[in-house]
Amino acid sequence: MNPFDYLQADNASNAVKLASAAAAGKYLGGGTNLVDLMRETVERPDTLVDVTDLSRRIEARPDGSVMIGAAVKNTALAADRTVRRNFPLLSRAILAGASGQIRNMATVGGNILQRTRCTYFYDEASRCNKRDPGRGCDAIDGFNRYHAILGASPSCVATHPSDMCVALAALDAIVHLEGPEGVRMLKLVDLHRLPGGRPDIETELRPHELITDVELPALSFAARSTYRKVRDRASYAFALVSVAAALDLGDDGNVKDVRVALGGVAHKPWRALKMEAALRGRAATEVNFRAAAEGELSDAAGLRDNAFNRTRQADDRCRPR
Amino acid sequence: MQFDTPATTNPIDNLKVVGQPIPRIDGQLKTTGRAMYAYEWHDPKVPYAYGYPVGAAIAKGRIKSMDVSAAKKAPGVLAVVTALEVGKLKKGKYNTANLFGGQEIQHYHQAIAVVVAETFEQARAAAALINVDYAEDKGSFDLKVAMETAVKPETGEPDSAVGDFDGAFKAAPVVLDQSYTTPDQSHSMMEPHASIAVWDGDKLTLWTSSQMIDWWRSDLATTLDIDKEKIHLMSPFIGGGFGGKLFLRADALLAAFGAKAAKRPVKVALPRPFVVNNTTHRPATIQRIRIGAERDGKITAIAHESWSGDLPGGGPETAVMQTRLLYGGENRMTAMRLATLDLPEGNAMRAPGEAPGLMALEIAIDEIAEKVGIDPIQFRIVNDTQVDPEKPERRFSHRDLVGCLKLGAARFGWTGRGRPGSKREGDWLIGTGVAAAFRNNLVLPSGARVRLDSEGVVTVETDMTDIGTGSYTIIAQTAAEMMGVTIDKVGVHLGDSRFPVSAGSGGQFGANSATSGVYAACVKLREGIAQKLGFNSEDVVFENGTVRFGNRSIALAEAAGPDGLVGEDTMKWGDLTKTHQQSTFGAHFVEVGVDAATGETRIRRMLAVCAAGRILNPVTARSQVIGAMTMGAGAALSEELAIDTRRGFFVNHDLAGYEVPVHADIPHQEVIFMDETDPMSSPMKAKGVGELGLCGVAAAIANAIYNATGVRVRHYPITLDKLIGGLPDIA
Repeated sequence: MNPFDYLQADNASNAVKLASAAAAGKYLGGGTNLVDLMRETVERPDTLVDVTDLSRRIEARPDGSVMIGAAVKNTALAADRTVRRNFPLLSRAILAGASGQIRNMATVGGNILQRTRCTYFYDEASRCNKRDPGRGCDAIDGFNRYHAILGASPSCVATHPSDMCVALAALDAIVHLEGPEGVRMLKLVDLHRLPGGRPDIETELRPHELITDVELPALSFAARSTYRKVRDRASYAFALVSVAAALDLGDDGNVKDVRVALGGVAHKPWRALKMEAALRGRAATEVNFRAAAEGELSDAAGLRDNAFNRTRQADDRCRPR
Repeated sequence: MQFDTPATTNPIDNLKVVGQPIPRIDGQLKTTGRAMYAYEWHDPKVPYAYGYPVGAAIAKGRIKSMDVSAAKKAPGVLAVVTALEVGKLKKGKYNTANLFGGQEIQHYHQAIAVVVAETFEQARAAAALINVDYAEDKGSFDLKVAMETAVKPETGEPDSAVGDFDGAFKAAPVVLDQSYTTPDQSHSMMEPHASIAVWDGDKLTLWTSSQMIDWWRSDLATTLDIDKEKIHLMSPFIGGGFGGKLFLRADALLAAFGAKAAKRPVKVALPRPFVVNNTTHRPATIQRIRIGAERDGKITAIAHESWSGDLPGGGPETAVMQTRLLYGGENRMTAMRLATLDLPEGNAMRAPGEAPGLMALEIAIDEIAEKVGIDPIQFRIVNDTQVDPEKPERRFSHRDLVGCLKLGAARFGWTGRGRPGSKREGDWLIGTGVAAAFRNNLVLPSGARVRLDSEGVVTVETDMTDIGTGSYTIIAQTAAEMMGVTIDKVGVHLGDSRFPVSAGSGGQFGANSATSGVYAACVKLREGIAQKLGFNSEDVVFENGTVRFGNRSIALAEAAGPDGLVGEDTMKWGDLTKTHQQSTFGAHFVEVGVDAATGETRIRRMLAVCAAGRILNPVTARSQVIGAMTMGAGAALSEELAIDTRRGFFVNHDLAGYEVPVHADIPHQEVIFMDETDPMSSPMKAKGVGELGLCGVAAAIANAIYNATGVRVRHYPITLDKLIGGLPDIA
């Protein structure tokens, strides 16, 4: 870990000002990933601006939407009554991630911006295009059990590790940002990038832009939703594959509307738009679910250790219960 | 004292303290954070400096040059010691790879430098500034490839053969011929290797985390090329070892070199990835098992072959050893072959040999029982033997495998077990499995010193270690029983090289050997007390804090006198382990659920029945067994060091990547100990149990998965990708 300055910000504008003034400033949330990366010297900020004193509000609004402050702890969001009642997939996704201790520290903003857990990314002696753009990737032909089957590139096969973001992607969450040039909004599904030739550029954030809030638009049928994470051990493991799904069934038993997002399969939380389109208006049957899942995965490409993902992936737990 | 005839009645048999469920006497220290582990020793007056290790970034080759100039100039840096400056060192007796020194790189993350700084963070930051130029050689990292050129090891007993295996196998009406693989595994103990070194002139004091004080002290003396007597080694508390701390490791050497260079006391802890790639691991195996049986299930031919790899000079994983003893059969053979691999050093991990050996053998038994068409428990009962099958004149000292299987079957509810793939509850395919547990009982010489003071307090000193097993407690129980006092009158001091040399902790020999050493020292002390009082020591009774002879009774405190009394002795072993086969036995029962859609396996119930001689303390023994069952669950379902065969290292080198079970993976665990003693084993009549609890667990889980799904997986760990293709359709 290199020496760095530690500053605290009491509001977003101040945080942006402090980070912009530094040569290599970074925002610090719970530190559950950034501090690890600093220890491994993968991240080398000269200044950390602590933003954990920013908004910790979870505001349920009359129109059914919810505004979540970026400094809300993961544990608090998962336990929130409104979230549990109206967006159970989000609560379940958060609780499927990490451990109780980590969730107590981690913030919503930090969770979104956590970096891949690809072991080669953490290992200074290995080649990694995220760490050293252009140097090559040791994961593509190495140990890649947890790596991408969708949207990967010859530069990078890493996956985004967040469970929470998979639920946010399914919910069309909107990320509120503040930067040196002012405030703006981005859909969560547009925030993270696919790796392409520049896997080191992971998001569409502009320099020193800060996540201030996350907004869940109203979605009536999100109350009928869940999150299913598949992993080798029952807790404290990243997803081999995970699914966030919400289902709106008509009286005729057909799918009126559906949301599906996949985790553990791509460089970003993967919104399964093809699958959703294939299901809308169709009967909610196992056969249709399977066909829709297979359609979503028609472009999937397996690597040495993760090709099994394709066989039965996303065999969906979105059937009504 | 020499133990060369079976034990008769002795004071331990009173079982007033020994055998009682006494909570561990060091428990409060541990739960309140007052048990000081190696890295935590702290004297506010001592100006500790911090050492951070640098490991080789290649697996094989040599260092051409090292540039440490930037590191030396970094903030807070006091010293940088490199392998090139130190030069080639003598190697300890128990190490295969060099721990430090010289140009040659034998494996990834072999220590090549230590940076010492005022703070840990400064040392770590400076270590990242060292630039190394390597000449890399091509290495061998893949056992499947290297097994082609594997050879017969030069030491041990690589081959065994009795009767005519080939002929009998050919003639057998029912045969099995299958291959199984077990992966490299990491000890992954909670506390990483750590040492603090302090030099006083040419004398070295080292706080460390060691299972074997005297082995470490000797090998440290050899490697540093100093007199053993000049080293004082302390390791009173150890946060787990599992075999990973049997042998001297790099942290001790780097602390010693760092402290010398910085002229300050230096603390060095190995970072977590170093625990995997710098230290030892359990080597992977490829095993072939052939069994021929009669239609009634009687084994007529059994063969077990195993291939494993290690660095040059290393040894094989002895995965075939239990097959020489566990089941009868007139025609038998075993063979071990050793390949050269340039991975980190392979060495002992909890139940070396038997753990991976039974992972294969006990699936094979399940398979042949199914082929014969009889219940796997019945198959094991049919093939039980009370003698060493290779040397029928040699009996087992005590063997109750059949009792374990029968009692376990009754308690677990074995009857009514369905056909493979026949039981389903919602999304879960349900199955049960059984496996035999077997582990040899080893004994090592063990010494102790016991003092009685003028307050009537008994204090035991031995260099025995407590790696979380309960050594403190069973040693206190032994001394209390022998001296006729309550356990609160006994103090125990362990893990210090100033104390008599003990067996140490490993190979499940620690509990029986070390308490026998304490028994011997107590016998000496009892004789000293009797002699001082002018009593005939044969007829003296020690009870209720008094020593009684005829109608005379004297308080121990008074008998000790103002100067106290001391007894010291070492238990040595005769040839009872040669004339009789001493082993421990058990049966593991497991129920699993396998998700019909995803192939995820979750364990629902576990039962172990253990026959391991006298159980010295049912509470600490149970802890050992449930910990071992948990380790077996990891071995079955998730633990595998993933090898990068291009660069020659274990990729998943931390506790996030190397998946040991978490609480959510472990269901209700029940442990039953058979009520037995083994007078051939020691005056304690006890045997080891800490490794027995692991042996066979993974196979019981594998067999339960087969029963649940009908999919037979012979390659560990049994992850969902190995099941998913064979699962029934979902709808």
